[in-house]
Amino acid sequence: MSTALLSGDARVEAAPRFPRKRKSISGRSIAILVFLSICAAFFCVPLYVIVTTSFKTMEQIREGAIFSLPSPITFEPWVNAWDHACSGIRCEGLKVGFWNSVAILFPSLVLSLTLSSITGYALALWKVRWAGTFLFILFICAFVPFQIIMIPLIILSSGLKVYGTIWGIAIIHAVLSMPFLTLVFRNYYKGIPQEIMSAAMMDSGSFWRVFGEIIVPMSGNIFIVVLILQVTSIWNDFLLGLTFGGLGTQPMSVVLANVVITTTGEAAYNENMAAALLTAIPPLVIYFILGKFFVQGITAGAIKG
Amino acid sequence: MPRVIFEDIIKSYGKLTVLKNLDLAIDDGEFLVLLGPSGCGKTTLLNLLAGLLDVTAGRITIGDRDVTDLDPKDRGLAMVFQSYALYPTKTVRGNLKFGLAAHKLPAAEIEQRIAWAARLLQIEPLLDRKPAQLSGGQRQRVAIGRALVKKVGVFLFDEPLSNLDAKLRTEMRLEIKKLHDELRSTIVYVTHDQIEAMTMATRIAVMDAGVIQQFGTPDEIYGSPANLFVAGFIGSPAMNLRPATLSVAGGKVAARAAGVDLDVSHYGFLTSPRDGQSVVIGLRPEHFGEPDAAVTDPAGNFSLPVQHSEKTGSDATAYLKFGDGLIATRVDPEQIGRFKQGDTVNISFPQGKLHVFDAQSGRRL
Repeated sequence: MSTALLSGDARVEAAPRFPRKRKSISGRSIAILVFLSICAAFFCVPLYVIVTTSFKTMEQIREGAIFSLPSPITFEPWVNAWDHACSGIRCEGLKVGFWNSVAILFPSLVLSLTLSSITGYALALWKVRWAGTFLFILFICAFVPFQIIMIPLIILSSGLKVYGTIWGIAIIHAVLSMPFLTLVFRNYYKGIPQEIMSAAMMDSGSFWRVFGEIIVPMSGNIFIVVLILQVTSIWNDFLLGLTFGGLGTQPMSVVLANVVITTTGEAAYNENMAAALLTAIPPLVIYFILGKFFVQGITAGAIKG
Repeated sequence: MPRVIFEDIIKSYGKLTVLKNLDLAIDDGEFLVLLGPSGCGKTTLLNLLAGLLDVTAGRITIGDRDVTDLDPKDRGLAMVFQSYALYPTKTVRGNLKFGLAAHKLPAAEIEQRIAWAARLLQIEPLLDRKPAQLSGGQRQRVAIGRALVKKVGVFLFDEPLSNLDAKLRTEMRLEIKKLHDELRSTIVYVTHDQIEAMTMATRIAVMDAGVIQQFGTPDEIYGSPANLFVAGFIGSPAMNLRPATLSVAGGKVAARAAGVDLDVSHYGFLTSPRDGQSVVIGLRPEHFGEPDAAVTDPAGNFSLPVQHSEKTGSDATAYLKFGDGLIATRVDPEQIGRFKQGDTVNISFPQGKLHVFDAQSGRRL
């Protein structure tokens, strides 16, 4: 309403004396637009095919027109994928994998966020002996590929009697993500003004009290960033779930692969597509929910203004 | 309330030594200002006292307690930081409370202290706001309040006014002074602003290059600066410092600078002057006599051309060409209009206000 008023007022005024020249669209920006459109199509076309196929009946799929819209629309592939799809000889659908993934996700999130935020806090804001060396080792660890330590890890985890269990996968996820997440937290906490920490040292000086009452409330942003990062990487992980998941403890991504690979008779493309989409949805949901909670300016008002 | 004593303090970072064998004793109830240019070690000294930095060698005692190896929270101090350093996620009340709750005070006592500090600093209506919702001056008050509620014997201030605008700074200056008069606690206050130092301090320690150059009351620092650094640092516009040569003849001592003889016979020399000694004479701009009017007991009369002049409202300064440099002299702002560039002005300087320093050591003679 206020904008309408404003534009109404503007019309009463005489034409501006020094109107700005309108910018014409240059050849360069057209080229950029074309390039971006091609990039977008690169991702959108396969997605379109997957989504439409998942709602098609097998009869329509057999006609071979992959770009046609589904008619009639059927939800049966989605129900089948969730409830009855066969992974190997078990035909209980993706739901088993889904719940396994959830059971892996939460303990490993709690573990990795807690451990790495505390370690990062200690390294960034407290005087820790050998902190430099420790950081260097973390840095190296962050770049060690999982494949290199896979076999030793399997031996280690079976020695600890966690191989093939949900907890085993959860702990290994948390441990493997520790180096990188610690560096992320440490760098974030380095950005907290030194004087706030000094004030906290004079006020309390307690490691846990300062962490719990001052630092954690200031860490909303980084926790959300790390949460999104971790949810995506744990949910989408395949290799770790494949090597460490036992029968019945495999995460959704492994079950999906089995569903797609295992075929008796014709390949149920619609069911496979629905299964793929079902697996991809949870991280997307997390993006949409948490994206809103990005808070701007963690130190607003703390220091000079 | 306790005395604070620094004994033989050394602070170095690797090969770089910031504080060199520093000794300082701060009396009970004193308002001590550590004054010096950036990088002189004044903030380092304050952080050593607070326990935020560790001394390389030396001893710090507060009252009868050796606090050299104590943690900051156990030293019985409270500090106000330059950037205020309020906890951004806590309300004003939460900010005041955090330090008290950490010391496990009973809830009633905490409430009572917060109410007391809030009343004293007039921040009662702000108690439930977050720091982001406060103005700069209000944040400063909260920061002071966070220190006050601790009811400790020694308060530390680290350039607390340097982020405020000029008007607010003057107000807060008065208020901190008032607080000190009311509470009578020991205050150690770091600043590079000489006006703050001169107006608030009971004693000032002027620091440069990690060494205390002079330690005394504001009057002593201004009236008889111990060396060239203090002489040049205190006063605005700065003291005119000119190289000169002493001549001693028949009980008369004169300093010759750029062809002008200044009579320094009655100057209170700490060591007896030698003939031909190289010295630096110091003339404060505000001590020159009115132009074209004689002062009683002049040390010397000058006849100098005006180079330029400036007015700051309540004050005016004329810059006169003297030898190959300029000397500043304070002039009545009403009169400043008379001085055109190139005009020659006759001014004299009273004997009692002269300062003489040794050219080599820089020490006051």
